[in-house]
Amino acid sequence: MSKNSPDQGVFEGHKKLEKNVTLLTACTLVAVAIGGIVEIAPLFWIDNTIEKVEGMRPYTPLEQAGRDIYIREGCYTCHSQMIRPFRDEVERYGHYSLAAESMYDHPFQWGSKRTGPDLARVGGRYTDDWHVQHLNDPRSVVPQSIMPSYSFLSKTTLKVADVSGHLTALQTVGVPYTAVDIEMAENDLYAQANPELDAGDLEERYPKAQVRDYDGDPARVTEMDALVAYLQMLGTLVDVESAAAQAELAEERGR
Amino acid sequence: MSDKLHIDEPTGTEFVGHEWDGIQELNTPLPRWWLWTFYATVVWAIGYVVLYPAWPLVSQATEGTLGWSSRGDLAQEMSAAEEARAATFERIAATDITDLADDPALLNQAIAGGASAFKQHCVQCHGAGAAGYEEYGYPNLNDDDWLWGGSLNDIEYTLTHGIRWEGSRETRLAFMPAFEGIFSSAEVDALAGHVLSFSGGSQSSTRGAELYELNCAACHQPSGEGDRMQGAPALNDAIWLYGDSRANIRQQILAPRHGAMPGWSDKLDPVTIRMLAVYVHSRGGGEAEAIPEEPQISDEVAAASTEEGNGNS
Repeated sequence: MSKNSPDQGVFEGHKKLEKNVTLLTACTLVAVAIGGIVEIAPLFWIDNTIEKVEGMRPYTPLEQAGRDIYIREGCYTCHSQMIRPFRDEVERYGHYSLAAESMYDHPFQWGSKRTGPDLARVGGRYTDDWHVQHLNDPRSVVPQSIMPSYSFLSKTTLKVADVSGHLTALQTVGVPYTAVDIEMAENDLYAQANPELDAGDLEERYPKAQVRDYDGDPARVTEMDALVAYLQMLGTLVDVESAAAQAELAEERGR
Repeated sequence: MSDKLHIDEPTGTEFVGHEWDGIQELNTPLPRWWLWTFYATVVWAIGYVVLYPAWPLVSQATEGTLGWSSRGDLAQEMSAAEEARAATFERIAATDITDLADDPALLNQAIAGGASAFKQHCVQCHGAGAAGYEEYGYPNLNDDDWLWGGSLNDIEYTLTHGIRWEGSRETRLAFMPAFEGIFSSAEVDALAGHVLSFSGGSQSSTRGAELYELNCAACHQPSGEGDRMQGAPALNDAIWLYGDSRANIRQQILAPRHGAMPGWSDKLDPVTIRMLAVYVHSRGGGEAEAIPEEPQISDEVAAASTEEGNGNS
């Protein structure tokens, strides 16, 4: 019964630790730090998580605004943006997500719950019309859907308090917006959704940016414009199916 | 502090020596099964670390002796699936789409493949039963009214290049002019009445017929039969893409809506597109190089057409 008597052997020192709060705190910190370093630190250097992928660029101000609406409305509670490397997911949603594809996401939208489908590669799958119809009245085009209606987005004029400031904040955390991007932010925001305005060199600074009226109401730029612009670009930046990308992925080991 | 005589009587277990307000802690040893399970997990972990990717190092994690990777696993699974259907795909690719019907077994496979691709890529707009959502301009594919043609080749073309799709230079392209500001309200009414008269929905008028002849007949044809070459819908049937009420027709004259369909040439391989064409063609409205109706499909078609009596293409 008393084989592991507290008075004997290796466990004797433990008492000292338990009775000294400062020592306990210090040792806890060391133990947790080791775990943290092993789990977190490699993410900053192993290839898998820092791989550079051709085609990635920061979000345009309009896409970023749409992304903020996506977060504001809690879309992430039902929609993930992370296609895992399983056959059922790849066949349904497209090529599995790469870490680099969310490198400019602050915060990322990988999600952990799929009540609705994954949206990581939803861009270009449907027409703008469909997105607008579906967001206005989800059941009109997907009878079995339980998604709430977001019809108010069409009626709400897009307002972003300080577009340049927003981009500057993102730049501070590592998104490579240029000085021109930040200077032109306000103009970019509206020009991308309003063909009447001069978009300038928007499409050069943001390759693959889609400039058009998204919500079917060219007269004004609404939150619907921003959200649909965001949805239509999701997963469209990186050409994952290109031969070079495939060859590189096939050689990967240890992940 | 410890007292060897300090034994908890009911359990016979020794006290640790801690005491809080008279409550003392027993030094109960871990159950044997728990301890051995613990040791087993340690052994398992060691084995796992050796066999699978585990420790993150400088540029990647240790590979593990099995050489396993989740992406490699997927690639294997995908290529196995591809191999399994490769023979069928090759045969479909090698067969002219209009000759598929000569080989009923192959045709069935193509229809099944098309049905499964349809469920993934098409149902969002055209509905699970391909009956469309007509009030929003997503056409019914089960009927024999086609905007751009219902033969196998026509359908395959539409699938490949889309409708008003910026991704292809050969996309189906047609735009009806908006007559807002050109016609007076009374003229639009007369015109709408004439358009409705083709399908017996209203009385025509001289003014309406005149306006129609001048402005609409070039594309929609004199008696409203439409023109597939231009994607001009037929106006002489009960099938309407944006509603059949006078108000709907008025709206369409004043500010026409133009639906769009993405082409699939950049997302799907040609064989899948071909299978989709065969599937859509088999839904009941297929035309021209007509294929014999498959018995198991005609049930579906019957069910679909009863639930969606009013269709368009």
